[in-house]
Amino acid sequence: MSIIGPILFAAMFVIPIWVATRESDVVKNIAVIDSSKFLNKIPDSKYIKFYYQPGINITDYKKDWKKYKQYDAVLFIPNIIINVPSSVQLISNEQLNIGLITHIASALEKDLTEQKLQSYGIKDLDQIIESSKTKVNIQTINITETGEKESDVGVNMGLGYMLGLLIYMFIFMFGAQVMRGVIEEKTNRIVEIIISSVKPFQLMMGKVLGIALVVLTQISFWIIMTAILVTFAKLVFMPDVDISQIQANSQSVMSPAGSVSNTQTATPSMNISETQKAFQKIDAIPFVKIIGWFIFFFIGGYLLYGSFFAAIGSVVDTETDTQQFMLPITIPLILGLFVMFYTLNNHDSSIAFWFSMIPLTSPIVMMARIPFGAPNSEIILSAIILIVTFIGAIWVAGKIYRTGILIYGKKIGYKEIYKWIKYKH
Amino acid sequence: MNIFEARNIVKAYGNFTALNNVTVSIPENTIYGLLGPNGAGKTTLIRIMNQILAPDQGQLFFKNRALKPDDVFEMGYLPEERGLYKKMKVGEQSLYLARLKGMTKNDALKKLKYWFEKFEIQSWWDKKVEELSKGMAQKVQFIITILHDPKFLIFDEPFSGFDPINATLMRDEILNLKAQGATIILSTHNMSSVEELCDNITLINKSRGVLEGEVREIQNRYKADIFEISYVGESSLFQKSLNSKFELLEQNEKKGIFSAKVKNVMASRDNELLSLILPNVHVTSFHEVLPSMNDIFIKVVESSNLNN
Repeated sequence: MSIIGPILFAAMFVIPIWVATRESDVVKNIAVIDSSKFLNKIPDSKYIKFYYQPGINITDYKKDWKKYKQYDAVLFIPNIIINVPSSVQLISNEQLNIGLITHIASALEKDLTEQKLQSYGIKDLDQIIESSKTKVNIQTINITETGEKESDVGVNMGLGYMLGLLIYMFIFMFGAQVMRGVIEEKTNRIVEIIISSVKPFQLMMGKVLGIALVVLTQISFWIIMTAILVTFAKLVFMPDVDISQIQANSQSVMSPAGSVSNTQTATPSMNISETQKAFQKIDAIPFVKIIGWFIFFFIGGYLLYGSFFAAIGSVVDTETDTQQFMLPITIPLILGLFVMFYTLNNHDSSIAFWFSMIPLTSPIVMMARIPFGAPNSEIILSAIILIVTFIGAIWVAGKIYRTGILIYGKKIGYKEIYKWIKYKH
Repeated sequence: MNIFEARNIVKAYGNFTALNNVTVSIPENTIYGLLGPNGAGKTTLIRIMNQILAPDQGQLFFKNRALKPDDVFEMGYLPEERGLYKKMKVGEQSLYLARLKGMTKNDALKKLKYWFEKFEIQSWWDKKVEELSKGMAQKVQFIITILHDPKFLIFDEPFSGFDPINATLMRDEILNLKAQGATIILSTHNMSSVEELCDNITLINKSRGVLEGEVREIQNRYKADIFEISYVGESSLFQKSLNSKFELLEQNEKKGIFSAKVKNVMASRDNELLSLILPNVHVTSFHEVLPSMNDIFIKVVESSNLNN
C-alpha cells in the first residue's frame, strides 16, 4: 500500500476524466435517410461510419425496416429540418452513447448554419467570419512578496480538489480505523487488563496518536516518492533548465540532487515549450506552505473526528451498532465535501469563508482555499478555532470513552452518553 | 498489618449507587475472599482498588499510606471479563502487556521463559491467540497477571473456564504466591474454593458490606450446634438414649453404619451427648457440623434482603 498508494491516488483523479472523454472503440454503422436533399454528407469519424440510402424515404423504411437491421442505428433527416431543427430522429434498438449523438448534432448544426449564412448572399462571408473569430487566452499572474509568478486557475482547482478530497478520505479511513481498534479491544475483553496498567485516557490518546503517526509516515513517504518522480520527469522533459534554480524559486520540498547540476547545458535562445510552461506553473505553487497546512489540517481534523470515532467505538459492542452514532459525524464531513466542490469555483465567497472557519468542515474546505491564496490571517484564525475545538472534543470523548469501554451488553442512547459526560471521575 | 484498606467507599453511577459506605481491610499475606451476589458491587470495588475508577467518597490506603497512581505497578489484576488481542502472537503480546506494567524487555523475557516452561507451554509462543482454546488463553492471562511479581493480586473468578486439572494447577499457584508473601483478593462464586483458600472474607450485598471476618470465625458464628455421629448398633437404642436436650434431626444407614445429625437444643456441654450415647452404641466418629460458606452466603444475603 505504501508504494502503490500514490499510483492509486493518481488513478483516482485520472480515470474519471479518461472515462468521460473516451470515445467508444466499437465502430458504429449508421444508415442515413436524408429527405432534406440540400445537406452535405456527415463526415465519418474513426468509430462512426455513415451509409446514405439515396432514394429511400421514411415510409419505405417503415415498410421494410428489417432490411436495415445490419446497421446500429438509422438516422432520419426530414425535409423540414431547415425550419424545425428538432425533427431529426435517430432510430435504434440499443442505447446509443452520448459521443455519437453529439457528433451527428454538431455536424448537422455546422452544415445548417453555413447554409443559412450563405442564403443571406453576403460576399466573402467566410473571410469575414474567419477574421472576426478571436480566441482570448488569459494569463493569470499572482503577485506575492517574492515577486510575480504565473499561476493557473486549473492547476489551483486540481490541487484544491485533491487536497480537500484527501483530507476527507483520510479522516474517514483512519477515523474508522480508530473506531474499529476500540471496538476490537472492547469485544476482546482485553481493555480491562490494559487499563489496570494505563489510564483509559492514555489508552485512547495512544490509539488516536499512534494511527496519526502511521499516517504521517505514510504521507511523508508519498511526498518524497512524488518529489522524486517529479524531479525525474523534469530531467526527462526539460533537461536544459537549471533545476536547482527552479527549486530555489519555488521553495520546493524536493531535495536537490547533486548530480542534477551537471546537466546544465542551457542554450541562450531557447523557446519555452508547453511542457516547460506546465512545469513552471507547478513550480509557482507554494508547496512548502501547502504541504505544511495540509499536514496541520489533516492532524487537526483527524484529532477532532478521531476522538469522536473513539468515543463511538467505546459505546457500542459491535461495529453494526455504530450506525446511529455515525450519522452526526458523517453529515458534517459530507457537507464539508460538497462545500469544498463549491469552493473550487467560488473560493472567495462567504459560504467558502464560513465553512472554512467552522471546525467540523474547515479542514476540508480550507484546503480547497489555500491553493487560491487564502489570506494567512484567515488560515491562522481557522487553525486556532480548530485547535480549541479538538481539545474540547478530546476532553468530552475521553469522558465517554472511560465509561463506555467497561459497559457491555447494554444498548446505549444519547441520553445515557450525556450522563456519562457529567460523571465525576 | 493491613496491606490495603478502603474506608467508607461510596460510588454512584448517576442515580444508581454501586457502593454505599463499604469498608474493607485486607491483612498482608492472606487470601481475602470478596463475595456477593451478581450486581452487588464487587467489580466496582475491585476497579476502585485498581484505580480504574475513582470513588465518589472514601479513602484508600496501600501499605499504610494513601493509594497513589504508581501503585498499579505493584498490583496484578485478572479481570472477570478478560481476553487478549486475537490476531497477535502469544509471546509478543505477553511481552507487550508485561512492559505496560513497567518491566524491562530483558526482565520480562526472562520471567516469561520461566513461566512458559513451568506451565509447559513454550510451543505456544509463536501461536496466535485465536488458535488457543479458552483454557489455554486463561493460562496465558494468569502468567501475564503475576509476571511482574506483584505483592498484591486481584483474581476475579480465576477458575472459570478451566478443567479440573488446570483449576487445581491454578489453585496450587495461588497458594504458592501466598507462600511467597503475596496478598491475594479472590472474587468468586465458588464457595468450596473460598472455604479451601480464603483466610478472610467480605460479603457485599446490594452495595453494602454485610459480613466481614475470618472464615473460621464466621463459620463458628453461624454454627447451629449440630453434631454428626457415626455409629454401629441398634438405631432404636440410639434414639432412646437421647434426652430432651438433644434432638435427632436426621438419620440414615449405609452398610450397617448409621449416620445421625443431632442438634444440641439447650446448648448443653457437648460431652453430655457423648456420655448419653456411648453406653448404647459403638461410636465410630463424632464431630460438630460447621456451616458451609455456601449456607452462610445464602443465609446472610437473604436476611439482609429482608431487612431492606
